[in-house]
This record gives sequence, structure tokens and C-alpha cells, in this order.
Amino acid sequence: MAFEYAPAPESRAIVDIAPSYGLFIDGEFVESSGGDLNKTVSPATEEVLSEYAQGNAEDVDRAVRAARKAFEKWSALPGSERAKYLFRIARIIQERSRELAVLETLDNGKPIKETRDVDLPLVAAHFFYYAGWADKLAHAGFGADPKPLGVAGQVVPWNFPLLMLAWKIAPALATGNTVVLKPAETTPLSALFFADICRQAGLPKGVVNIVTGDGRTGAALVAHPDINKVAFTGSTAVGKEIAKTVAGTRKKLTLELGGKGANIVFDDAPIDQAVEGIVNGIFFNQGQVCCAGSRLLVQESIQDELLASLKRRLSTLRLGDPLDKNTDIGAINSEEQLTRITSLVERGESEGAERWSPACELPSSGYWFAPTLFTNVTQAHTIARDEIFGPVLSVLTFRTPDEAVAKANNTQYGLSAGIWTEKGSRILAVANKLRAGVVWSNTFNKFDPTSPFGGYKESGFGREGGRHGLEAYLDV
Amino acid sequence: MSTAAPHALADVTASDSTLRRFLHGLPGVDPVGLEARAASLGTRSIKTTAKAYAIDLAISMVDLTTLEGADTPGKVRSLGAKAVLPDPTDRTTPATAAVCVYPDMVPAAKAAVAGSTVKVASVATAFPAGRAPLTVKLADVREAVTAGADEIDMVIDRGAFLAGDYLKVHDEIVAVKEACGTTARLKVIFETGELSTYDNIRRASWLGMLAGADFIKTSTGKVAVNATPANTLLMLEAVRDFRAQTGVQVGVKPAGGIRTTKDAIKFLVLVNETVGEDWLDNHWFRFGASSLLNDLLMQRQKLATGRYSGPDYVTVD
Repeated sequence: MAFEYAPAPESRAIVDIAPSYGLFIDGEFVESSGGDLNKTVSPATEEVLSEYAQGNAEDVDRAVRAARKAFEKWSALPGSERAKYLFRIARIIQERSRELAVLETLDNGKPIKETRDVDLPLVAAHFFYYAGWADKLAHAGFGADPKPLGVAGQVVPWNFPLLMLAWKIAPALATGNTVVLKPAETTPLSALFFADICRQAGLPKGVVNIVTGDGRTGAALVAHPDINKVAFTGSTAVGKEIAKTVAGTRKKLTLELGGKGANIVFDDAPIDQAVEGIVNGIFFNQGQVCCAGSRLLVQESIQDELLASLKRRLSTLRLGDPLDKNTDIGAINSEEQLTRITSLVERGESEGAERWSPACELPSSGYWFAPTLFTNVTQAHTIARDEIFGPVLSVLTFRTPDEAVAKANNTQYGLSAGIWTEKGSRILAVANKLRAGVVWSNTFNKFDPTSPFGGYKESGFGREGGRHGLEAYLDV
Repeated sequence: MSTAAPHALADVTASDSTLRRFLHGLPGVDPVGLEARAASLGTRSIKTTAKAYAIDLAISMVDLTTLEGADTPGKVRSLGAKAVLPDPTDRTTPATAAVCVYPDMVPAAKAAVAGSTVKVASVATAFPAGRAPLTVKLADVREAVTAGADEIDMVIDRGAFLAGDYLKVHDEIVAVKEACGTTARLKVIFETGELSTYDNIRRASWLGMLAGADFIKTSTGKVAVNATPANTLLMLEAVRDFRAQTGVQVGVKPAGGIRTTKDAIKFLVLVNETVGEDWLDNHWFRFGASSLLNDLLMQRQKLATGRYSGPDYVTVD
């Protein structure tokens, strides 16, 4: 290329990562009673960023007891008082957004462009939004005086560590609950920084507790007898385990699980914008998005034209250092995830789908996967059915709107879908038939705190965001 | 009369209805998505060597323009001198692509840039309104070409376009192209701000290319909304698709409202990531701008010396 962009790395000096972190319980950072430590690495370089505590059942119990104690006072506060704390947290997040964006990029591997322009603005927006609801719960449509549930045990995934924390904590606190949150094993740092923000905001002790650790920690939290609500975002397999654990107890449960979103492109679509939407649908956050548009359903008559445009566009994607402001595609979050993506892609090839990637040099260290496109995919192929959770797009075709709907719905999941057409009546007609929690039209992967989000079928149940998101934390 | 369309699309311009059907059959434009894409390309961070490259490239793409009623031969002479040697303090500065003047100023401009690579462009065809009989427009073009203009910037009849009279607009462009002869390249100005929808801008782009435009150009610089990243992105997509379909490459010229180096670099990023290096050359991409050049020169001096100079360290015209 004649016009090569010089590297434009964001400075990491703005973020001060401690060599080791404890658990955040009752307003203090404390050691784990077991003393075990895990390491968290930067997926782009495999550099060890920090050590953090492996919380055990005893730690979880301590955290739940702190939350239970704090619940009495917190839930008794007038909504307007709780709102003040939430507004304060939101403002501190805005003030520290550059620091948090760099931190998230280091720990997660996603491009700074996304943490800076998408994650952090949405994190602040969620706190602002639910702060606004805290003193208006009587007008939310859940009765004149809806009550909080108590202590919420929350487990969040590694793809949007801070954003998922915001989705969970903001509505829980606004409605008067206290929380014990377990961040993901590979991305605990932003939650620990959030703990510091809670202190900075003067949030009463015990209202927010962060217990880090792996799946065992999460299992202990979910199984704890003194929590009233479990909220989980993550894989369908773990979600099923949690559902079994919670079954028969009085705990309320919401699950946001996997997806295999269909992105349906009709022949009258705005092609150039559809191509952007397809790219955003599957390559945003390296495809590690539960609502990713991982199945492209394209009308047969424009298949060649669309695929040519798509391939040309993929060739301009810039993969590399996530801290570089010009990077479009960052690193895969972990070696384990990279292995999973690799094996599913090999499966796709062995089942007869045609694999294509743009010429793309991968960095020598870290976990990387080139943007990948599969054509000649059928509904029967594994890559059309299983969630890959990586930058891999499966392309299928259809001939009529009915066929598009039938194929889009023929999945065990139902989280998201996209429709691309210039015809408004077709958008409405098709959207009504799609069994998916979110249907985007002529756009994809757009989020807003006012808009509820959640799934059908194996994508889980319950809604987060919007007025609907309050229900999951209220006794209604 | 139309024979200008490339072979692959020869049937399209056969009649009013075939042309209309073709233009209305082009893929639609989703404004939200188009503007979002243009904005996201605007966030590319261009530094050091890439910036130095972009500044020199941008200078070499400038059509240094004076289109005022008060233009004099003296003003045009100094403009020509500046186009040939934009920064006398640094002779490594590239020359601009062209000087762009009203038809009556072509001889003065031609003399001013004689012996250099700088071309003379002229806004013939009753610029900027285009509200004159075709005979007048063609006479305007012939005068300019005879006087030595290397390039003709014509305005389309927006009234006819908005009335849906596409074949009239097409035939007019064909006629002007003929009047340009074999030497002058034709830039077709759509005045995108008056076409009002992106769908119209895409149709106008194809219409211009079907009629034989060598360049498609956003605007005259004389209305409220001129070149924007979004309408330029859209026109780049059009020339890219046109070449894919016909093999014919057409240039793009955003004009009006591009005043800073930062803006110019954003446009170059659009070119780089939409159509690529085939268009990163002043034969295929131009900036219609008068005040842009000085900012480019000041940024260039800053890169060379590490210090900002100021408006008095570059010439006013």
C-alpha cells in the first residue's frame, strides 16, 4: 500500500496496575482465606499483567454476609439517595474512562477503538440510566411500591468485562439490592478497578462486593444459600449447570447465554452499508459477542456481488496491537478460546464448507485468529449451528423471505438477528416472525441502556436494560 | 444520441425509461450507515511518516481555486505562481495539481503556469447555477478549451435532474464532453447539497459516469453544504463499482468546505480504505479548495521544523 499508517499506540502509562489484587469485601480489599493466586495475562502479548485472588467458598460466604448486612440500610434508603451514588459512579467512570479503556484493552485484548468508543461510553450510560430509575420505581409498572429481592449473586463473562458488570450492577443497586459479583477468570482487572471507584464514590460498605476466581468461585456463589437472585451471562453449558443448581430453591434467575445470530440480507438492501453491518456484526470484538451476526443469510440473487464486496472490505481490516488506535481486530481473549475457534473452523473445513481469509499477518506472540469467512455452508454444518465465539462468519443463502425466516429460526439459540432491506414493510413483516430477543434493521450490534436485551430458547431468559431490566431485580 | 456509455452498459442510455430504470435499480443508500462509516474512518490516527506522506499527497491534489466576480489577471497570475511553487522557503514542496478559474481567466492562468506540471481547469457551462441554454454552455466550454484549458469543470442541470429528466442531464454531459475534445478532461459537478438525498447522489454519480465524465465532483463551493466525508465516500463507492462493472476508471473531486490538513487527511483515508492506491494520485483524486493549501503548508513546515509558524509564513495568494 502506498499510504501506510504509522503506529499510533495509546499510552499505557495512564493505568497503574498493582502486582497483586485481593478480594473486595465489605468495602475493603482483603486476602483470600485460601491464599491461592491466579495470573491474568494480556492476550495480545501473553505478558502477565497481575495476580489476583482465587476466591473460595469461605470468601464467597464472607462476601454474601457483608452484602446481606449492607442490604438492610441500602434498601431502606430513599431512591433519590441511591440515585446520588449511582450518578456519582457514572461520573467517575466518565472521568476515568481513558484509564479504564486502556486497562480493558490490556486485559481483554480488544482494540482500544472499541473500549474507548463503545464499551466505556455505554458503561457510563448504563449507570446514568439506572440512576434515573432509582427514585421512579413506583412508576415502572411493577406496582406502587416494588421491593428489592435482597442479595444478588452475579457472574459476568470476559468479552465485555466492565460493560457486563454495568449491566448487572447498575439495575441491582438502583432497585435497592446489594451484590456479590464474580468477574471472569481471564479478565478480572476492570472489576477490581470498579471496586476502587465504589470507594471513591463513597458507596456504603458491603453494597458491592467483588470476588475473583475461576468457575469454582462462581459455582460457590451460585450455590450459596443466602442469595436471593442469580444473574449470569456466559456460555449455554455453564448456564444449564446454574439452572440445575438453582432449581428448587427460591432464588430468582436470569440467564444471558450463547447465540448464533442470523444477519439476513435481501436483494434490495443498501449493499455498502450492509457490508459494514456484516463486518460489525461478526468482527466487532473479534466475534466474541453473544449476539454476533455469525450466520449471514444472503438472498441468492445478490450472493456473488455481496460476497465480492465483503471480501474486498475484509481485506482492509487492520489486525494487530490492540492499543494502536488504528487497529480494527485485536487478540482472542485466551489460549483456550483460540483452541476452540481453531477446532470449530477445522470442523467446518472437514464438513465441506469453503474457508476464506484475507491476506493477514498474525503477530508472533499472543492469541490471534484471522477474520474468516465460510461459504457453501448449509444448515446441517456444525459451523452453522454451534456458537464459535470468534471472528468466523458462515454464509448461507435463501431465495424467499419465508425461507430466510425458516432458516434464521432453525437454531437452538435466539438472541439476535439483523434484517437488511430498503423496504420498510418487509422489515416489519420479517422482524415479527424472527424468534430472537433483538432484531436490528439496517444496522447491527447497536446497544443502548434504554433498550431491553435477552434471549429465546437456549440463549437464556430474562431481560437486561431498559424498564424491563428492573423486573429481574424486583419482587413483582 | 448517446454513445458515451461503456459497452457493458450501452443499452442503459437508450431511452429515458431504460436510464430511469437503471438509476433507480442501483442499490439504495442507508444514510445512518453511510455517515457512521465515514465518521469511523475519520478517527484513523495518522502520524509522523504517514502524515508527511499524506500532506505532500494532498498538496499535489489541490485544485487551487479562485472563483470570484472580482478576479483579475493579476490575482490569477499570483495564484498560478503559488500553484507552481507553493512554498518558496522549501523547494521540495510539490506543486498543486491545477489552478481552477473562470473561463475568461484561462489565458492568464495558462501563462502563469507555463512550463510546469500544473494544469489549468476552468469552470465553464454557466457556473455555478448552470442556468443557461445549452448553446451558451457549449460556447463557454469551447472558449475555455481553445484558450488552453486542460480541464473543464461543468455543473449539471440540477433542475432537470430533480425533475427526473435524467436523459436531458445525460445528453448535456455528453455534449459538453464532446466540446472538450480529446485534450481536456471533464469534471462533472453535481452540487450534492442541492440533490438533497444520498440516493440522488449515487444516481447522479452513475449518470455522470455513463455520460463519459472523467471526474465526478461534489459541489461548486457556492452553496451551504458542499463536500462532506459521507458524500465523498458515496462517490468513491460509485467509481469503484463503475470500474468493476466497466473497466473504466473515473476520478473524484470533493470541493468546498475542506479547509484544514486534518480534514484533508480524513478524505485521503476514505480514498485509501474505499478504493485504495489506484486513486491515491492527482490524476484520480483532487481537492477543490482555496484555503486548504495554506494549512497544508503550515503543517508541512511544522513537521519539518518541529514548530508552528503562522499565517504570515505562507503567502496569502
